[in-house]
Amino acid sequence: MTTRIDTRFAELKKQGRAAFVTYVMAGDPDPATSLEIVKALSKSGSDVIELGIPFTDPMADGPSIQAAGLRALKVGMTLKKTLELVRDFRKDDNATPLVLMGYYNPIYIYGVDRFLADAKSSGVDGLIIVDLPPEEDDELCIPALKAGLNFIRLATPTTDDKRLPAVLANTSGFVYYVSIAGITGAAAADANVVGDAVARIKRHTGLPICVGFGIRTPEAARAIAEKADGSVVGTALVDALKNSLDSEGRATAKTVNAVAELTAALAQGVRAAKQAAE
Amino acid sequence: MNIAKPNSYRSGPDERGHFGIFGGRFVAETLMPLILDLEKAYTAAKADPAFQAEMNGYLKTYVGRPSPLYFAERLTEHLGGAKIYLKREELNHTGSHKVNNVLGQIMLARRMGKKRIIAETGAGQHGVATATLCARFGLECVVYMGAVDVERQQPNVLRMELLGATVVPVQSGTRTLKDAMNEALRDWVTNVHNTFYCIGTVAGPHPYPTLVRDFQSIIGIETKAQMQEVEGRLPDSLVACIGGGSNAMGLFHPFLDDPTVEIFGVEAAGHGLTQLHAASIAGGRPGVLHGNRTYLLMNEDGQIQDAHSISAGLDYPGIGPEHSWLHEVGRVTYLSATDDEALAALQLLTRLEGIIPALEPAHAIAKVMELAPKRPRDHLMVINLSGRGDKDVPQVGEILKGKSK
Repeated sequence: MTTRIDTRFAELKKQGRAAFVTYVMAGDPDPATSLEIVKALSKSGSDVIELGIPFTDPMADGPSIQAAGLRALKVGMTLKKTLELVRDFRKDDNATPLVLMGYYNPIYIYGVDRFLADAKSSGVDGLIIVDLPPEEDDELCIPALKAGLNFIRLATPTTDDKRLPAVLANTSGFVYYVSIAGITGAAAADANVVGDAVARIKRHTGLPICVGFGIRTPEAARAIAEKADGSVVGTALVDALKNSLDSEGRATAKTVNAVAELTAALAQGVRAAKQAAE
Repeated sequence: MNIAKPNSYRSGPDERGHFGIFGGRFVAETLMPLILDLEKAYTAAKADPAFQAEMNGYLKTYVGRPSPLYFAERLTEHLGGAKIYLKREELNHTGSHKVNNVLGQIMLARRMGKKRIIAETGAGQHGVATATLCARFGLECVVYMGAVDVERQQPNVLRMELLGATVVPVQSGTRTLKDAMNEALRDWVTNVHNTFYCIGTVAGPHPYPTLVRDFQSIIGIETKAQMQEVEGRLPDSLVACIGGGSNAMGLFHPFLDDPTVEIFGVEAAGHGLTQLHAASIAGGRPGVLHGNRTYLLMNEDGQIQDAHSISAGLDYPGIGPEHSWLHEVGRVTYLSATDDEALAALQLLTRLEGIIPALEPAHAIAKVMELAPKRPRDHLMVINLSGRGDKDVPQVGEILKGKSK
């Protein structure tokens, strides 16, 4: 089965450039503004969108994304409303791949089968679930693949050559390489070190490899895009959003633009990258 | 619920860390290789007589084991029913049962060549035990503690600092034990190359629930032998408080296959089960948090809810996965005690026996006050007195002053 993710990476390969992948939290700072932000991401040059599912206890996220999740929960965001947001986004955009990223508990409580059916019909293309390693593939990964969704796995600096085959076995869409051992928003990894890691993973898989964690500027996004098939930016966008809010944490007239402008600048950085020799 | 009774209640978990549907390894990929290493290191250590011998040496001369099994004569007379024994874990070095587990994990960390130890703590008892053994073995120690708990457990914060540990007050979320655990996991993900995470209870990703249980089982093993010595038979019932549930599991596990022994776990009912509380089994349902599937307090969207207990050590919205399983198979009965009941029990034991219990085991004593009078005088009941109350004296003093106004 070909998803929007597969189609998009095939197009990018033809164009000879890396993907620009963005992350924002669903419902941050409120559901209506969040929908406008997601639309702005795709219009400003994001090739793939990761949409965070808010969770009270995001144990792999740094302070920025923790706060974004709490802002969303405070205005009543739920997994159900996250799926509604995707459905609304799909009314105008049937091409941009959309990946839900988060933690397992909200999905487990929603009910795995019901979630997969609703996610598919809403227009979700893939899932990144941080706390489901291959050891727990029976929970969601295998059912998701059967339902026609991509299950995108994180590979990390601690995933050695012995373990990589297990991590990649049921991965589809792309591989998300976490450039550092750490939480989101932490310091960036050196592009050359990342290049070596990407080359190492490429020896095990033909899937595109996108790199995230610690990429904040157009220059950094470009440097990574020269070493990998995609640059992922999350915390920097979430920070731009947060800095546009009023003192009560509510959206202002500047909010959507603040995210859109940074997205456009980052997208330019990625597009300026010289594609690594295959 | 229809769940088949197993042949043994002591054979879990399976090779993937499951107790029935509970347990598992729900962690970020960054941690997975280390968790697999830990499992290997633990399996090797268990099979190594030198490891056990070294541990037994420290348990005897450093921790002060065996802890006594004490006949609480005046409490027994007062309640007028079962003959009550206290398993005196509060007499261990550092003042609680926590040290049993920490000793085991620190020895594992040494075997694995890890020089930096991190821990989460609620009441501070696990933090103090970890800081103590890090001092003893010259290891760097960082303890994550919710900012609310730092306030209400000042004596333990000072002890940890005196022992050379860095105490990090956690400001995220509800600023209690669950947030301390989140923050410890974030530290671990970041410093996985040199850091050992010393988890304080029978929760977290496999193999933690198993190895913590095994290190704590000395409580039940000793109790069995001591009861045999004084009464010539098995006890009839066991009672222990439960936050994550390590002191309870340590006492219960060696008795799980003795069908005549009734077993009671006591959760914290806080202000009452219809209000803010920390009783995951009474008020929660199965979900996934902190590396395992277990009973959790949460809303209909799967968002974890705030727990509340007067006792910082029980103020956690989850419970160890093996307890969730023992609940579902019906081997252990889970009860709950409110803040007020625990406070009354603390005062009762203090006045009758001259033993100030921590607020955590005071919850167990509170239920014994209901269970013991209904049982005959030849019924042998054991309470795990898991910690001493010195750390709670300032907090309890404030509350009692407030109540008398």
